[in-house]
Amino acid sequence: MSDAIKQQNESLSTLNADYAAKYGFHDPVDYFHKGARGLNHEVVEMISRMKKEPRWMAERRHEALDIFYSKPMPKWGNQQALGEIDFENIYYFMKPIERQQDNWDDVPEYIKKTFDRLGIPEAEQKFLGGVSAQYESEVVYHSMKEDLKKQGIVFLDMDSGLREREDIVKKFFGTIIPSTDNKFAALNTAVWSGGSFIYVPPGVNVTVPLQAYFRINAENMGQFERTLIIADKGSRVHYIEGCTAPVYSTDSLHSAVVELIALDDAYIRYTTIQNWSRNIFNLVTKRATVHKNATVEWVDGNLGSRLTMKYPCIQLVGEGARGEVLSVAFAGVDQHQDAGAKMIHAAPNTSSRITSKSISKDNGRASYRGLVKIHKNAVNSKVSVECDALLIGDDARSDTYPTMEIDSEKVRVEHEARVSKVAEEQLFYLTSRGLTEDDARLLIVNGFMEPFTKELPLEYAVELNRLIELEMEGSIG
Amino acid sequence: MTQSKAHFEFKDIHVEVEGKEVVKGVSLTINHGEIHAIMGPNGSGKSSLSNALMGHPNYTITSGEARLDGKNLLEMSADERSRAGLFLAFQYPLAIPGVTVANFLRAALKSHRGKDADMSDFRKLLKAEMSDLSVDPSFATRYLNDGFSGGEKKRVEILQMSMLKPKMALLDETDSGLDIDALKTVADGINRYHNDQNAILLVTHYQRLLNYVKPDFVHVMMNGQFAKSGGPELALKLEESGYDWVEKEVLQKAEV
Ligand SMILES: Nc1ncnc2c1ncn2[C@@H]1O[C@H](COP(=O)(O)OP(=O)(O)OP(=O)(O)O)[C@@H](O)[C@H]1O
Ligand SMILES: [Mg+2]
Repeated sequence: MSDAIKQQNESLSTLNADYAAKYGFHDPVDYFHKGARGLNHEVVEMISRMKKEPRWMAERRHEALDIFYSKPMPKWGNQQALGEIDFENIYYFMKPIERQQDNWDDVPEYIKKTFDRLGIPEAEQKFLGGVSAQYESEVVYHSMKEDLKKQGIVFLDMDSGLREREDIVKKFFGTIIPSTDNKFAALNTAVWSGGSFIYVPPGVNVTVPLQAYFRINAENMGQFERTLIIADKGSRVHYIEGCTAPVYSTDSLHSAVVELIALDDAYIRYTTIQNWSRNIFNLVTKRATVHKNATVEWVDGNLGSRLTMKYPCIQLVGEGARGEVLSVAFAGVDQHQDAGAKMIHAAPNTSSRITSKSISKDNGRASYRGLVKIHKNAVNSKVSVECDALLIGDDARSDTYPTMEIDSEKVRVEHEARVSKVAEEQLFYLTSRGLTEDDARLLIVNGFMEPFTKELPLEYAVELNRLIELEMEGSIG
Repeated sequence: MTQSKAHFEFKDIHVEVEGKEVVKGVSLTINHGEIHAIMGPNGSGKSSLSNALMGHPNYTITSGEARLDGKNLLEMSADERSRAGLFLAFQYPLAIPGVTVANFLRAALKSHRGKDADMSDFRKLLKAEMSDLSVDPSFATRYLNDGFSGGEKKRVEILQMSMLKPKMALLDETDSGLDIDALKTVADGINRYHNDQNAILLVTHYQRLLNYVKPDFVHVMMNGQFAKSGGPELALKLEESGYDWVEKEVLQKAEV
């Protein structure tokens, strides 16, 4: 056995065996294009050329790369884990197939199998309005129901979005999250590929969810999808993303940028269920701008990864705008979930709610990092923040870093933070009714997550409970 | 302890909590179909005994024996005791946020039967039992004991008992916190459950429950021991005269 395989097997044995079986497989692939490792202006130019992009986008990319070079790494979060990222060892662009397909039958067998195993085609048939499946750098399959197209709804992968709706993309791309925002936003802007582009025309209600699925297959892959969703006046849309990756012994990087714009009276819900393998660095920037009487909700479920740093942000810029972040994070062995929310109130009568739930198990660590800012003009605004941490085992760790900057009077702010252990008394109550201790613990954990799961479409709630069950298996105390 | 016909029996049970002995050698034999009541002053060890028998990890049985239908309970974990047929309705039932009454009961039934109950059978059963106990149907989807009033919690304890149909039910102050009508409803529920194949050991402070659920034997617990046992008339006497006279009797006996 080669050293590499041995090493891989060793790391496998310490991981959740079920993850390896269910999501941890990888396909041996002959890519249409597989670039070299490492990052420089040539790589950026190559990506832009292969995509036959307009020049302005290429220039954006180059400019962003320089910003990436000039920006320091984040000074917060898990410094040690962040230091492990080796940017020169990563593949920044892999194109699995030449052309995107809109018919499952035309997708290459190995990719189809992957998405079959992940249940994507089934979900598409059952309850989705449109599906996008990204494999490494590009979307390999994309489809949307005819009746949605007829209503003028645009749901494309971002590359096609740029080609087909350059006007809108050019107008909004990077306006919510500029390259200068942070090092990883700059990185994404330099090498972005794939992601979703959605435009919902005024007054249109997309009654079925649109979903994108992101799959990393190759070792040391960097996935940098870019998503832009614009809900025009009075429209409504629910977008769901799911993510998985194989189990490898060395790390891959996932660094997305997601920009949402909800114009007056619009409603966007953005649901994420990510279940990364434990060798993924997941550093994502998500931000929404919410106009007059509009609503944006981030529903964010974080499982897996080596390190996640993610703080979905909502800027309430129009009077009466409403924002909500509802998140759960599950930190298992050797994992750090550093997640939270940012809520910026910049208009009168705005309201927001942040509910953060975390579960830390074994030596896992979950941190809540949050910012609430209320600008001077945001009179009569309301904010409520609730952080709930559940610890399983004596080595589990949770911490909260809430920041509140309140520059306006006449606002109502509520903040609550709780840390609890799975209490022996609760376990006893349930076991005294016949449940085994493992079943009882799982029921308590599922109960803890219930405020989150009940917001998910049923199929996802079931899947999430099952994932938690896998994570809980064999847990101690 | 030799194998006997007794349904439930415990012998010379000593219980320690937080390093302190709170139950100091109690024994009891309960036959099929019997109802026993334990009365006694606050802090005399009634709940400690019940919790310890059910297998609460904080209540250590330091010596003694306990058997249900000949099976040694003390070798079993709490969930095994439950599946062997023991049930404890708690004096202070805990809240389990996020877990609905229906989901919880379904999981409990599954653990007893070894397989999931058919969904529609389960719903029917739950609905019927809830209506018998005048528990509002909305409680099925409420989180277990979360925000329940004292009386509602007690009713749901009895609901659990009637769903699980244990062989031996320990009821710790199930009557406390119940209003007058609820007391009657709950007592009816207990009587419906009771038959000659099971048995009940109930802890109470007042005669009012015993007017409905008629005990065959009454035991007085004081300072961690059974100070006196008798028939149903003992409860009436306690209600009338309190515990002083029992204590005096015990002291006199000790002097002899
Ligand atoms: N968890 C505990 N930690 C510390 N002491 C305890 C604990 N549980 C019970 N005790 C003590 O044990 C003694 C017996 O308590 P127990 O609850 O068994 O009394 P009880 O007879 O049920 O009283 P009541 O009628 O008030 O319910 C009391 O002194 C009580 O303070
Ligand atoms: Mg008591």
